[in-house]
Amino acid sequence: MSAINVALAGNPNTGKSTIFNALTGARQHIGNWPGVTVDKKVGQLIKGNKQVNIVDLPGTYSLSAYSLEERIVKDYLVDEKPDLVVNVVDASNIERNLYLTVQLLELGVPTLITLNMMDEAKSKGYEFDIEVLSQQLGTPVISSVATSKDGLQQLINSLDSSTVKQSKEVGSPLLAEHIKQVAALRKSGKDSELVEEEIIESRYLFINNVLEKALVAKEGVQSWNDKLDNFVTNRILGLPIFIAIMYLLFQATFAWVGQPISDLLDEFVSTNLTDWASGALIAIGAADWLQSLVIDGIIAGVGSVVVFVPLIFTLFFLISFLDGTGYMARVAFIMDRAMNRIGLSGKAFLPMLIGFGCTVPAIMGARALDTERDRRIAVLIAPFMSCGARLPVYALFAALFFPGRESVVVLSLYLLGIAMAILMGLVFKSTYFKGEAEPFLMELPPYRIPTMKTVLLQTWEKGKAFLIKAGTIIFSMSVLIWLLSSYNFSGPAEMQDSLLAAIGGVIAPLFAFHGFGSWQSGVAVLTGILAKEAVVSTLGVLYGVAEVAEEAVAAATQMKASIGATFTSLSAYAFMVFTLLYTPCMAVLGTIKKELGSWKWTLFAAAYTFALAWIVSLLIYQGGLLLGFGG
Amino acid sequence: MITLKDVKPGQTVLVDSVKVTGQARGRFMAMGIMKGTKLKVIKVAPMGDPIEVLVKSYNLSFRKAEAEQIIVILQ
Repeated sequence: MSAINVALAGNPNTGKSTIFNALTGARQHIGNWPGVTVDKKVGQLIKGNKQVNIVDLPGTYSLSAYSLEERIVKDYLVDEKPDLVVNVVDASNIERNLYLTVQLLELGVPTLITLNMMDEAKSKGYEFDIEVLSQQLGTPVISSVATSKDGLQQLINSLDSSTVKQSKEVGSPLLAEHIKQVAALRKSGKDSELVEEEIIESRYLFINNVLEKALVAKEGVQSWNDKLDNFVTNRILGLPIFIAIMYLLFQATFAWVGQPISDLLDEFVSTNLTDWASGALIAIGAADWLQSLVIDGIIAGVGSVVVFVPLIFTLFFLISFLDGTGYMARVAFIMDRAMNRIGLSGKAFLPMLIGFGCTVPAIMGARALDTERDRRIAVLIAPFMSCGARLPVYALFAALFFPGRESVVVLSLYLLGIAMAILMGLVFKSTYFKGEAEPFLMELPPYRIPTMKTVLLQTWEKGKAFLIKAGTIIFSMSVLIWLLSSYNFSGPAEMQDSLLAAIGGVIAPLFAFHGFGSWQSGVAVLTGILAKEAVVSTLGVLYGVAEVAEEAVAAATQMKASIGATFTSLSAYAFMVFTLLYTPCMAVLGTIKKELGSWKWTLFAAAYTFALAWIVSLLIYQGGLLLGFGG
Repeated sequence: MITLKDVKPGQTVLVDSVKVTGQARGRFMAMGIMKGTKLKVIKVAPMGDPIEVLVKSYNLSFRKAEAEQIIVILQ
């Protein structure tokens, strides 16, 4: 027998992903639906000698094409015609969940209903007669709890050709009546909006009729959920609790877990691995250029990105966990007012906040936004949230040129970044992305304890995407930059005589009126596109400091004589502003390409940030000169 | 005539009519907010907007701008 194709459909927050993960385990693959930033998850379940192909459709509340996700689901059901649609229904919230079910039944796709979250429904005082529910809806219904083995086994047993057959045959008088009514409404010739409304009403009427017979509701008790929610989003305590959780998130990522592991990895790559590789290359008698390519090009280049991996994994682990608990929806709820002022929804807050750590996960996080338009805008402005890699640049220049006022200077850069993000967000909203804003309409799901499997799988998906990038785009860019920095047209060369230096010299005049028109700054700007922190190490190499000290103050002392001669405090500030705003690093550009799925938008992101940085830092330098800050 | 925006947390109301227009109207209705639906206002976000409402045994949040376009009858 050939494989059965099954599609999982259901509302968000119904445990659909947990069921998908439990069914497919590691045999799953996450891609994108063509041309859009919506996850497409496919996987396999092997039952004896039979294979079941499973697609996890995006979670939606309806099939009415109100959103991208809803269009994807509807198109998939109509065009791909899966053998069976498993409709995951949250039993504790059955009335609204059945709305999607009714639409599935109207479409006539073979549907198996899985009642999930039965334990929560029970604590709410709901009792179901599953037999009656199945009869009334006219399609098979099973009860399964994603988190229990028994419930899952029942679902696995149902995924066979006999269920497919059964789901195609049955029907009910109530459903037939409803479908007839919908057809009559569509043919009535009334105003289409009015027809749509009456159809929505008739669907809920049908649901009421079904539940009247199949649901025995008793008075539930106020759950721990309501009490917890009253505390967590409390009018007075809500904000402090939120700030505390965000602080812990960042501390765990950048101080307790992620950063220490990253530092260890960095240490390993830059000493052990480098030593071992150079030893091995010498032992086999590799040519000098090959040694240099491997050590200075590949290991240094890819290594500088790979050290971010522990950070990214830690951050995504914590975010996936918080998301699974339902707290992320509360973050959007709490921050919506502030984000609305700048034309975004509360859901955009988290990606922006993460941007202060690293722009890569920030851009990946933009997926959580409701509309393609909001996602694009968030992706385009997220790079202005000054990431951790830019801090060494500020630290160095602030220590050199603004001793005693470092914090104020660095703070001003962070604030400028936020201001630019808001400004550009508003500009995009009112120009290219003009249109009617979607109203904010968000479910606040009950608090739940997420399953470790789901959290770990989500973390792995995002982390893997980053690893693949390090292995492809960043690898090739590292080789390219190495080539340019070690050769000129007559052969091997020191960096100051290399092609890169020549290119630096060519672009240097671009910054003639910015106060940093030296070829060294030009080269630093170029290598900064590889990785922002490379700006500091490049300047170190170019100004003849063998090993740039880790600590900003020590590094500043090393470079004082050389850099101090080329920069003034004003031009140093202009250079920092340029570093803050210009083209994001390779890892970010690679992520943008993946998320927006278009070279056009990626090149736009690279170019408009460069242009904005050029203009703003020019204004600051020239404005500063006029105001007499030139010395 | 009062709108959902004027309803205090803890109060229960019946929806009299939904004046939200355009595509948003369909989205509100699909989420179960239509004439005759029973709603309970749960709370207002710490910064004063949006609001959280209990509808058909789940919690939904939307902004006061939309709440103002939902005409209700106090229960």
